[in-house]
Amino acid sequence: MDDTKQTMAIEAKGLVKVFGKDRAVDGVDLSIKKGSVYGFLGPNGAGKTTTIRMLATLLQPDEGHAQIFGHDLVSETAAIKSRISLTGQYASIDEDLTGIENLIMISRLMGYSRKQAKARANELLHAFSLADAAKKQVKNYSGGMRRRIDIAASIVVTPDLLFLDEPTTGLDPRSRNQVWDIIRALVNAGTTVLLTTQYLEEADQLADRIAVINHGKIIAEGTSSELKASVGMSTLHVSLFDQQDRDKAIEVLTQKLDDSVRPGSDPASLTAQVLDPSVVAEALGELQKENIRMTTFSLGQPSLDEVFLTLTGQPVEENAAHEEGVTR
Amino acid sequence: MTQSFETNKQGGANGQLIDAIASSERPSRPNGLSSSFTFASRALLRIKHVPEQLFDVTVFPIIFLLMFTYLFGGAIAGSTSDYLQFLLPGILVMTVSQITMYTGIDLNNDIRKGIFDRFRTLPIWLPSALVGALLVDTVRYSMASTIMIVLGLILGFRPEGGFPGVIGAVALILVFSFSLSWVWTTLGLIMRSEKSLMMVSMMVLFPITFVSNVFVEPETLPSWLEGFVDINPISLLVTAVRGFMHDAVTFEQIGWVLLASFIFTIIFAPLTMYLYRNKK
Ligand SMILES: Nc1ncnc2c1ncn2[C@@H]1O[C@H](COP(=O)(O)OP(=O)(O)O)[C@@H](O)[C@H]1O
Ligand SMILES: [Mg+2]
Repeated sequence: MDDTKQTMAIEAKGLVKVFGKDRAVDGVDLSIKKGSVYGFLGPNGAGKTTTIRMLATLLQPDEGHAQIFGHDLVSETAAIKSRISLTGQYASIDEDLTGIENLIMISRLMGYSRKQAKARANELLHAFSLADAAKKQVKNYSGGMRRRIDIAASIVVTPDLLFLDEPTTGLDPRSRNQVWDIIRALVNAGTTVLLTTQYLEEADQLADRIAVINHGKIIAEGTSSELKASVGMSTLHVSLFDQQDRDKAIEVLTQKLDDSVRPGSDPASLTAQVLDPSVVAEALGELQKENIRMTTFSLGQPSLDEVFLTLTGQPVEENAAHEEGVTR
Repeated sequence: MTQSFETNKQGGANGQLIDAIASSERPSRPNGLSSSFTFASRALLRIKHVPEQLFDVTVFPIIFLLMFTYLFGGAIAGSTSDYLQFLLPGILVMTVSQITMYTGIDLNNDIRKGIFDRFRTLPIWLPSALVGALLVDTVRYSMASTIMIVLGLILGFRPEGGFPGVIGAVALILVFSFSLSWVWTTLGLIMRSEKSLMMVSMMVLFPITFVSNVFVEPETLPSWLEGFVDINPISLLVTAVRGFMHDAVTFEQIGWVLLASFIFTIIFAPLTMYLYRNKK
């Protein structure tokens, strides 16, 4: 296979995975360019992990086919495995072993000699700021350290394609930034990254292209600006002093903004999708003129819920959001 | 540690990270033997970090041995010393057979925790993960056997087969345990939770270890039970081990154990491998 001509890291057509009656992945098409970061955005139970596990050769698709760097997903798994790496949603390292023992083990399994393995493990521990914790059992690591050792184990040999399943879920902002830095450094070195996330902001920060996935289907795909254009750049939240004023306020704001102004969940609140934040001040001024008093207002990134609301016209279903750690 | 991350980011634009990512070259893939040894050293490290797993291995046999010898020895055989000569080989077999269960539990834990997924995406000869674990299990079984036999000698166990007889007995136990391990790896791959795996394993192990000739001569049992005890593979092994230890082993006795081991292996090893490769 001539790799230099190959411009696509992943090409998938009609991937389906059925668990019992549940179509966990229901016809997913993907084209992911070499060297890019691709974000899979969706709520719990959307089918993100299942899709990744199929693409990483861990799960056979029930329908559809895919090529990874031009290699067939089902018949050429050995060739694929030598180029990919996976950091799963849950720790994919031995928590009873220390950090350095884990990295030496993976290095040895990759084919390094005993001496090389030790050197590589130390190099990675330093690069990932884990040198001080090298001799601690991983089960005593903090969430952020655990995530880092997990990623370190995935890049013992820098892969051409790295799958990261919810790399920052549950991390504090600082640890999350550290993980983002690592991902950026990998991309700079030429690795293609497919990551899943529940956070729009993360997809926005890292991904060149984003697929929004729900109930096993991709419901929107594009660059982050394309998606935002369809969703609204930011979301305006307004709380009114008097809930009687809400209808009037919606009317006033709709004139200034657009027809994305909707009542909020609290009877005195409303939200709007705002493409151009500079008109917000003016719109709020109109409320003042109409003698409608506000208690608070805020302008923020649209949340995943709002993306879903806009894309599907339906809020994220609560019953779709179950922990899947138990269902593996 | 998080502190130092910040500092090296400012002073040197994360140079270490960039170097570490750039510096890796893909070595050629290790052969099956080498990766099996890597997995074996992982299992040894786990024994070092989680010594509790050896606790089960050593404490239960001791309790059983003392309890049965002194509590029931007089009642069953007339004298504790006579009963010990009869009991020790049996309880040795029982202990090691019960330990084999942990092979499945360890595997099941790996699968549920996600490290199994990592191993499966590595370009290695996959069965080496099992081979490595089973190699170290042999070490565990040998340790348990040694402890039991030494304790037995202290209590007054006198094998007429001498040292060669004891070695032969242990070797036969290791062969049988290795084949029995495949049953647990199969179950470990099928069962969803550790709890249900434990349950099923116990449900298999308790009847076959207790309804056997470990504690009593089968002739004392009702005939319908005697029928089961006679064909129970644990009984076959106990008979041969007693034979070795008391210098009265026959080729027939050894043959039966090897046949049982062969049957377990021929059925459950390929089944394990199949499930292992096709685990979803
Ligand atoms: N091994 C499995 N057996 C049965 N159902 C599963 C299994 N894995 C996932 N599912 C189901 O498939 C759906 C998608 O799950 P998943 O891919 O884990 O979603 P996500 O990663 O987006 O949270 C969920 O409804 C989940 O319960
Ligand atoms: Mg998931």
